[in-house]
Amino acid sequence: MNIEVRDADRSEDLLAQVYTALATNTPVLIQGGGTKSFYGRATSGALLDTRAHRGIVSYDPTELVVTVRAGTPLAELEAVLDQSGQMLAFEPPYFGEGATVGGMVAAGLSGPRRPWVGSVRDFVLGCRVITGNGKHLRFGGEVMKNVAGYDVSRLMAGSLGSLGLLTEVSFKVLPKPRSSLTLRLEMDVDTALVRFAEWGQQPLPITAACHDGEGLMLRLEGGEGSVKAAREHLGGEEVSAAFWGALREQTLDFFSNPAPLWRISVANDSRPRLPEGAQLVDWGGAQRWLKTDAAAATLRGAAAAAGGHACCFTPGAAESPLHPLPEVLMRYHRRLKEQLDPQGIFNPGRMYDGL
Amino acid sequence: MNILYNEEIDGPLSKVDRADLFADLRQAMPDLLILHREEDLRPYECDGLAAYRTVPLLAVLPERVEQVESILRICHARRVPVVARGAGTGLSGGALPLAQGVLLVMARFNRILELNPKGRYARVQPGVRNLAISQAAAPYELYYAPDPSSQIACSIGGNVAENAGGVHCLKYGLTVHNVMKIEVLTMEGERITLGADALDAPGFDLLALFTGSEGMLGIVTEVTVKLLPKPRVARVLMASFDSVEAAGKAVADIIGAGIIPGGLEMMDKLAIQAAEDFIHAGYPVAAEAILLCELDGVELDVAEDIERVRAVLDEAGATAVSLARDEAERALFWAGRKNAFPAVGRMSPDYYCMDGTIPRRHLPKVLRGTAELSEQYGLRVANVFHAGDGNMHPLILFDANEPGALERAEELGGKILELCVAVGGTITGEHGVGREKINQMCVQFNVDELSFFHAVKAAFDEHALLNPGKNIPTLRRCAENGAMRVHQGKMPFPELERF
Ligand SMILES: Cc1cc2nc3c(=O)[nH]c(=O)nc-3n(C[C@H](O)[C@H](O)[C@H](O)COP(=O)(O)OP(=O)(O)OC[C@H]3O[C@@H](n4cnc5c(N)ncnc54)[C@H](O)[C@@H]3O)c2cc1C
Ligand SMILES: Cc1cc2nc3c(=O)[nH]c(=O)nc-3n(C[C@H](O)[C@H](O)[C@H](O)COP(=O)(O)OP(=O)(O)OC[C@H]3O[C@@H](n4cnc5c(N)ncnc54)[C@H](O)[C@@H]3O)c2cc1C
Repeated sequence: MNIEVRDADRSEDLLAQVYTALATNTPVLIQGGGTKSFYGRATSGALLDTRAHRGIVSYDPTELVVTVRAGTPLAELEAVLDQSGQMLAFEPPYFGEGATVGGMVAAGLSGPRRPWVGSVRDFVLGCRVITGNGKHLRFGGEVMKNVAGYDVSRLMAGSLGSLGLLTEVSFKVLPKPRSSLTLRLEMDVDTALVRFAEWGQQPLPITAACHDGEGLMLRLEGGEGSVKAAREHLGGEEVSAAFWGALREQTLDFFSNPAPLWRISVANDSRPRLPEGAQLVDWGGAQRWLKTDAAAATLRGAAAAAGGHACCFTPGAAESPLHPLPEVLMRYHRRLKEQLDPQGIFNPGRMYDGL
Repeated sequence: MNILYNEEIDGPLSKVDRADLFADLRQAMPDLLILHREEDLRPYECDGLAAYRTVPLLAVLPERVEQVESILRICHARRVPVVARGAGTGLSGGALPLAQGVLLVMARFNRILELNPKGRYARVQPGVRNLAISQAAAPYELYYAPDPSSQIACSIGGNVAENAGGVHCLKYGLTVHNVMKIEVLTMEGERITLGADALDAPGFDLLALFTGSEGMLGIVTEVTVKLLPKPRVARVLMASFDSVEAAGKAVADIIGAGIIPGGLEMMDKLAIQAAEDFIHAGYPVAAEAILLCELDGVELDVAEDIERVRAVLDEAGATAVSLARDEAERALFWAGRKNAFPAVGRMSPDYYCMDGTIPRRHLPKVLRGTAELSEQYGLRVANVFHAGDGNMHPLILFDANEPGALERAEELGGKILELCVAVGGTITGEHGVGREKINQMCVQFNVDELSFFHAVKAAFDEHALLNPGKNIPTLRRCAENGAMRVHQGKMPFPELERF
């Protein structure tokens, strides 16, 4: 099957919209598929839709590099990579069919494989961006090693569109593992946490580890030999790999619980004292999903004590969905925003009030 | 061209009275080690790029973070430029001092503060040597993956500042992929923490921005690095080729086959010859190119991959393929590669090491272009290459005693880097811009991109006091040396006066 990817360079249009925003001092809300609009703070401004600017600019599987326009549907990109047996190794969540590449980078969210291979920003090699001065610039490139100038491309990842409008991104891609299988092991959370620490110190082909409250789900990936050997060593029963997609897309039953959803990021060997609520332990212990009505401050205190932070995925449930920054660090964030987007036109207030 | 700081094109520096500054520092920190005599300062006049030297106004060697904080506050108040220095192994003049500035030597921050095998991280001071981290982690079967060839000497603070890489980069990433958290002091002497003990942190990814920023945005005072389980086995294959094109194609084929080697290195004929004469690794001196391909991981996977890679190499036309029989032979195969620089050094009184990265498919074109330039300049060039990730290290052989030879070597090096940019690559893959490649930055980036970099810098260091003149050229410098990028047929810098 040949995947058809619609190809259209609309960077002049996007640039024109940014000029207008600058000339009229009207902020824009950058939006791809709108699938992650729940994430961050609600703000207002003129909608700037990136979806017409799409297509794969270049892809060479033997270089392990792909360059894509920001409005390209994530599904199209993944389908093209799949044809060459390659993947975005950080397993980005879609949260809906329309997810675009630009939004995926701007949101900076990574899936179950993250602790073992890295996050979105780890795979960003370069980007083109329309800046707050109305310039269309290029940073980084299509090579793995590049230390010329500051690493602007990785800075853009996870910046929620508040430092500029991404128009193109180059990624490092990886071959799909030759062999993969999913195991379910009966054990309680505490035992699982002890195991995670042990396994983490051994060269095992684990690429996902989630305790869903009842049992432990493990994914093994690698060569046939190592996967088979690890499977024998670890025991448990083989189950469907569909679990990982449902975990990533938050369609497991756990997520239908009506209480607000919090993502708690902690040191992988920590034992955070979290408030009451339903909990799902992902990333080998380093990421906790918690359904709770507890106060934001309580959660944040607990996360910080475990070396991390807490961020709210339910719109309106917290005054600042992203974990507030220490005052000095916030001041440098504001200074960076003022330097790069002096008129404050890109997604103002989306990440933090006043940014 | 002389690349020493020139106030006319690199920006004016404030005049600093050495005695006054010394008195201020001494009064605030009676126990701070301050070097001020010419003979004490001389050892600090350059880093690994020894062709350029400047004696600093003063050198300070603090031992505690509070001292660094006071030094920065005093220098900030007096508008004194500050240049950080780790172990001084940098190859791009990043730690080259300023005659009107303080050199802040971080080498005494050399303690490993915490090693946590369960959490798989180590918290260390910036002056700790790269290799010392892996040595400390070894009893737990863990290690720190990024392994610059200088790892026995270079400091982790310098690695963060340069985003250092090594042979393992393709598979295990660069410094930026292996650092979790840094403690930083800004030029104003304010402490900030970037990153976290967790896998991510809220806000902008300033950890990524600071990594590779060459001491321009803040002083790194503590680093938390990731530790990985040591691979169970590592085996290395050596393949010979009768053309560099064939070797280049073999690299693409290995990766196209879905195999990511732990290390994949290429050497050309001149480099093979030099290494063999020096190390006697059993390299095939008649070959035009060799590839060293290391596969690491769990025994069973490595055994599978060896067979796959062998098949790919045969298919790609390798004239010979051999697998290191044991650990000793594996070490020998690598010894040739790891000593390639000193080996080439034996062939010539001096050599100049370049550091460009290219998309691998352009390898034949760039090597051909390099050979033509080598002919044109009458200087031999040996090629050593991190083939897996396209990072080239052409070594230019010259004799500094010959009048004009250094200048010719530098000019040739600049041309090679411009060739890298022309095929979509970069002027530096791992050594940094520093002072060495400041002019080539004008080739890779246009005026708006450079202005954007200056804006990033201004957010953290308003008065441009941290390592001025490094990494990002002034627009004036680009206009003056004429190496400007002509973008889409437009005249660059239309707003600037022509000189
Ligand atoms: C806060 C925020 C920042 C975003 N930043 C970017 C971004 O930098 N680049 C990008 O291509 N897409 C960005 N998007 C679009 C959006 O991220 C993606 O479209 C989405 O995340 C991917 O799924 P989506 O397209 O459904 O997301 P959406 O829900 O549409 O957007 C997620 C977030 O990404 C932002 N965003 C979307 N596209 C861009 C863009 N081209 N440039 C800058 N910001 C963008 C959006 O403003 C939004 O903040 C951003 C969206 C939000 C909500
Ligand atoms: C033989 C040899 C082989 C090499 N091989 C490699 C290689 O394979 N890969 C590679 O990447 N590099 C290599 N290098 C280059 C060099 O070792 C690296 O750039 C290294 O990261 C420099 O570390 P350092 O501690 O010596 O830093 P220095 O040279 O002292 O400083 C380098 C830069 O870092 C800044 N800096 C230092 N410490 C701090 C701090 N605490 N806070 C803020 N800024 C700071 C300095 O201002 C300067 O800009 C090699 C060098 C040699 C001599």
